Amino acid sequence: MIDDHKEDLVDHSGAEKWELRLYVAGQTPKSLTAFANLKKICEQYLEGKSYDIQVIDLLVNPQLAEGDQIVAIPTLVRSLPEPIKKIIGDLSNTERVLVGLQLRSHPQDKG
Amino acid sequence: MTETSVLDYLTLPKALTGIAGFDEISGGGLPMARPTLVCGSAGSGKTLFAMEFLVHGITQYDEPGVFIAFEETREELTQNVASLGFSLTDLIDQHKLVIDHISIDRAEVEQSGEYDLDGLFIRLEYAIQKVNAKRVVLDTIEVLFAALGDTHILRSELRRLFRWLKDKGVTAVITGERGDGALTRNGIEEYVSDCVILLDHRIEKQMSTRRLRIIKYRGTVHGTDEYPFLIDETGFSVLPITSVGLDYDVSDERVSSGIPRLDTMLEGQGFFRASTILVSGSAGTGKTIIASQFVDAACRRGERCLFFSFEESTGQIIRNMRSVGIDLQAWVDADLLRFKTVRPTLYSLEMHLATMHKRIQAFDPQIVVMDPITNFDIIGSRADSSALLTRLVDFLKMRGVTAFLTSLTSESEAIEQAQVHISSMMDAWLLVRNIESNGERNRVLYILKSRGMAHSNQVSEFEITAQGIQLVDTYLGKSGVLTGSARLAQKTDEQNEELARQQALELRQLKLERKRAAIQAQIAALQADLDVETADTQLLMDQESRRIIASRQYTDTIAHKRQIAASDSQDLTHTVEGVKHDR
Repeated sequence: MIDDHKEDLVDHSGAEKWELRLYVAGQTPKSLTAFANLKKICEQYLEGKSYDIQVIDLLVNPQLAEGDQIVAIPTLVRSLPEPIKKIIGDLSNTERVLVGLQLRSHPQDKG
Repeated sequence: MTETSVLDYLTLPKALTGIAGFDEISGGGLPMARPTLVCGSAGSGKTLFAMEFLVHGITQYDEPGVFIAFEETREELTQNVASLGFSLTDLIDQHKLVIDHISIDRAEVEQSGEYDLDGLFIRLEYAIQKVNAKRVVLDTIEVLFAALGDTHILRSELRRLFRWLKDKGVTAVITGERGDGALTRNGIEEYVSDCVILLDHRIEKQMSTRRLRIIKYRGTVHGTDEYPFLIDETGFSVLPITSVGLDYDVSDERVSSGIPRLDTMLEGQGFFRASTILVSGSAGTGKTIIASQFVDAACRRGERCLFFSFEESTGQIIRNMRSVGIDLQAWVDADLLRFKTVRPTLYSLEMHLATMHKRIQAFDPQIVVMDPITNFDIIGSRADSSALLTRLVDFLKMRGVTAFLTSLTSESEAIEQAQVHISSMMDAWLLVRNIESNGERNRVLYILKSRGMAHSNQVSEFEITAQGIQLVDTYLGKSGVLTGSARLAQKTDEQNEELARQQALELRQLKLERKRAAIQAQIAALQADLDVETADTQLLMDQESRRIIASRQYTDTIAHKRQIAASDSQDLTHTVEGVKHDR
């Protein structure tokens, strides 16, 4: 199964779909910073990949917090590709975001 | 203004928890519209306390609630409390309860930069609004420390959360896991300053005991002791030692002891109703029989009796009592008598107390027997077991139940000294004792005390017969009370003496009779002699008088023949007539 999955990724690497959801609570400075940071990272590291960023304002849709088990704000959720990953904070530490998104596996090497 | 604030301080509004006993020791529940920290080690009952606070709030005080569960899922919580008779699903369907399970998998979370807990706030706010909640539980919020990291941010966010809860006007319960040397692992007690409750679960003598303590309760008077509490099939219940006072109604009604001659020793009427009676004595003195006879008498009056046996099984007691002519089975069949037999070592003292409370409340008996109470000393210290008894005795008195307790004393130990710790609770105290003398053991009974009535000072011997306990007449010998064979010997001696006296009297009577007969015989003989003499004399007199007559006739004839001598013979005739007159 795992092998099949891998193959799948390799075969359709260009078409690999990324789904990202950024949870915020109103237009706070932290939210704005997080969104700006996310955009920057996506442009730089997800170039050529198909990705979709959805910003969810919990002040508007509080019922959506339960689905992704949101406690901290801001939270970035990568629902695709699997597994689900979550990054909390304003995403100001790019290294940690990359680790969180599994775009870099060994943060220590980068140092 | 100052006066108002003082008044506010005195009448701090409280939210009743509905948890049995807790509202009493806290003077009305938890501080309303403020957060309360409930901390304790794993398995100490924090979640249950919090859940009962919510469920009772909904069902009894019409205060909807929100349960934020960080550890268990909604399904798990629902299942856990279903056994206590709470249906969370129903409450959720009625829009009275929201359970929000927050699970954060440490493995899937990465932190990058600063964050806050607005997500939690929003979820809470959303849930509170959904049911218009007045009560909130956060169980256990410290999970966040492990899941999110960055203690610094979390601390300040929690501080903000508690203040926010206050502003929302909800009564909140926050649970916390006990840490090393601190109440909670991450020291959140620093932020919850209004009320802190500690739950403790310790094992003593392989027996678990749960205790609750209110560490802090700002602005209110509260009990500061450690209160034992229980978690059983009806949930969480705290046992307030001090909540039972000494202000109960007293009764002038009397209840028979079931042993007529014992009643005689108690003003002829027996014990007071709703009093506490203790029968103590060493092994095999007949304590259980005395208790059973009391029960038997009560059942005859149509009263309900609850018999707690800590030594014998129900069947054994019924069989044994049948052998002394007490048929308890009939009362069991009539549902006037119920047995509860349990080894003292089965539960802890608190559990015993709680189960006894519950059974007493369920059956509502007039008489409660506990046989024997001594065994509680095994599972707790004497102080603990006497605390248990105090609470139980007060509880029974409040309900107007007559308590009949037995206690086992060792032969060597002075009885009065051994039970000094419980004697003050007892209204009547009977002592049964074995007296060993002349190679046998006999049972005696006496009333050590009986409050509020005149009572016999006599030591009475009793026998266990096929008709139950029989008090027998007391025999006093030179060296004290005679019992058993000595008593019988004394009795026989007295009977012999009586017999001897009787016989002596009879003998005397017999002798007298004989004497009378002899004297009468003598009298008869003398009379006969007299009669004979009289007859002889008569005969002589007759002969004499005939002779005189004959002699006169001769003289007359002579005189007639010889006229000259006539004057001489006239004088002689006169003399004979004089003799005749004397007779």
